[in-house]
Amino acid sequence: MAYFKRHHTHYYHMQPRTIEEITILPGRNRNENTENFSSIAIHPGDTISIVGPTGSGKSALVNDIEIFAHGDTVTGRTILVNGEQAPEDFVRDPAKKPVALITQNTKCLADMAVEDFLGMHVRSRKIDDDRIVEKTITLANEFTGEKIRPGVRMTSLSGGQTRSLMVADAIMVSDAPIILLDEVENAGIFKEKVIECLKMHHKALIFVTHDPVVSLLSAKRIVMKNGAVERILEPGDEENEALAEIIRMDQTLCRMRELIRAGEIVRSVNPV
Amino acid sequence: MKLIVIAGPPSAGKTAIVKQVIRKYSGEKRCAYLKIDVVRAFEDEELAAEFVIPTKKVYSGDVCPDHVGILVMKDAIDWAESEGADIFIVESAGLCLRCSPYTTQSLGIVVLSAISGVNTPLKMSAMLALSDVAVVTRTDLVSQAEKEVFREKIREVNEGLDIIETNAIQGTGLRYLFRAIDDQDEISDPEKIVLKGAPPLGVCTICVGKKEIGWQNHFGVIRKLEGADFLFRGD
Repeated sequence: MAYFKRHHTHYYHMQPRTIEEITILPGRNRNENTENFSSIAIHPGDTISIVGPTGSGKSALVNDIEIFAHGDTVTGRTILVNGEQAPEDFVRDPAKKPVALITQNTKCLADMAVEDFLGMHVRSRKIDDDRIVEKTITLANEFTGEKIRPGVRMTSLSGGQTRSLMVADAIMVSDAPIILLDEVENAGIFKEKVIECLKMHHKALIFVTHDPVVSLLSAKRIVMKNGAVERILEPGDEENEALAEIIRMDQTLCRMRELIRAGEIVRSVNPV
Repeated sequence: MKLIVIAGPPSAGKTAIVKQVIRKYSGEKRCAYLKIDVVRAFEDEELAAEFVIPTKKVYSGDVCPDHVGILVMKDAIDWAESEGADIFIVESAGLCLRCSPYTTQSLGIVVLSAISGVNTPLKMSAMLALSDVAVVTRTDLVSQAEKEVFREKIREVNEGLDIIETNAIQGTGLRYLFRAIDDQDEISDPEKIVLKGAPPLGVCTICVGKKEIGWQNHFGVIRKLEGADFLFRGD
């Protein structure tokens, strides 16, 4: 058995442990008061947004999840896997880590061609699929308007292309069941497409975000304040109307961006 | 008293790691700190001001800093003992990739920066080979692929090495470093402490001040561009 839902045979051998549930147990806020929840469960296919003002503790929560805190971080939170403390190699060995964290700061430093870069990762994972590099680039190209060519150098990719490639790499090569995206929405990627694809691949998706589309697309919103979880919103159908409207607006913006990129005159925001 | 020797190239994050260690044990154990550097160092003053702990520095000047480290180590241990330290941290200059400053009866920590390029672990193999723990800093800044390959290259040099990945400013993942420090034995007999590694070959004619270029102008340990055997006993 592999993680949530296996789609690469290589994990059959590499990952004997299935993640059914990640549990966040409360820590303390900056005034040393216990957080406002009893526990938060994360399951495969969940989409969760972490929202709140700058400095409210969003990134600290994501870091706690990434390293499976057990009361040993500043927040005092505990993160359990299937109700137990995470095995040490989940935290320590990046190749066994079930969490892929992609932040605005995450960069590819190697001055290599895209295909060589992915090839390097594929080799280090000992994945036996000679089309996986091509598949990863194809997937990345579904997330970004600017097509990534296999021969182009990593260092000359745009922010949006890099982020798209990292998300595709997390899905295809790392096969991480939990993907944490820390404020990556403004980098020119197709958010809806990313979310849809990650759900399809049965990943748990956790966003740190200020973005209305991403926030409303998430089934659950964790609201942060003063270093702690302040409340957890599960709007259900309540926000459907607003969501439809914001998606329409977002599509308009994407379309305009593509027109501007293509060097066209934009005469109307909503062309017929 | 426990002895910790920290090595790693400049700007790898050695001092950030030292700060996390001192912060972790403050109020529980008394730390003392020695910085060995070549011409200038400021870490001792910073740490003394921030944590109010006994600190010291020594400049090696014209002498190899790792050699000076070994020369002063005995005095330094006496000094740290006299300050009542429970943990004595010695931070090397981290300049030479040929030597490694680790001694017996100490915990040898090498600090590497994940942003320094995937082949760096191979280039600094001497520093890695004899260390007990490798701390890789700035892992928050690099892609998953590079993180994994970096780790493999470290393993290539020292297969059994305890590798700890961290963002040293936040201190993520350092629980495993603290565990290694907790598990470290105290110094049992300072008289018996020796340098772990093989030092480089002794004095060459450049060391004694002959400045002419070309091996023809030198004698003893010499080297030609072509045709010479690669001489590296390493560790």
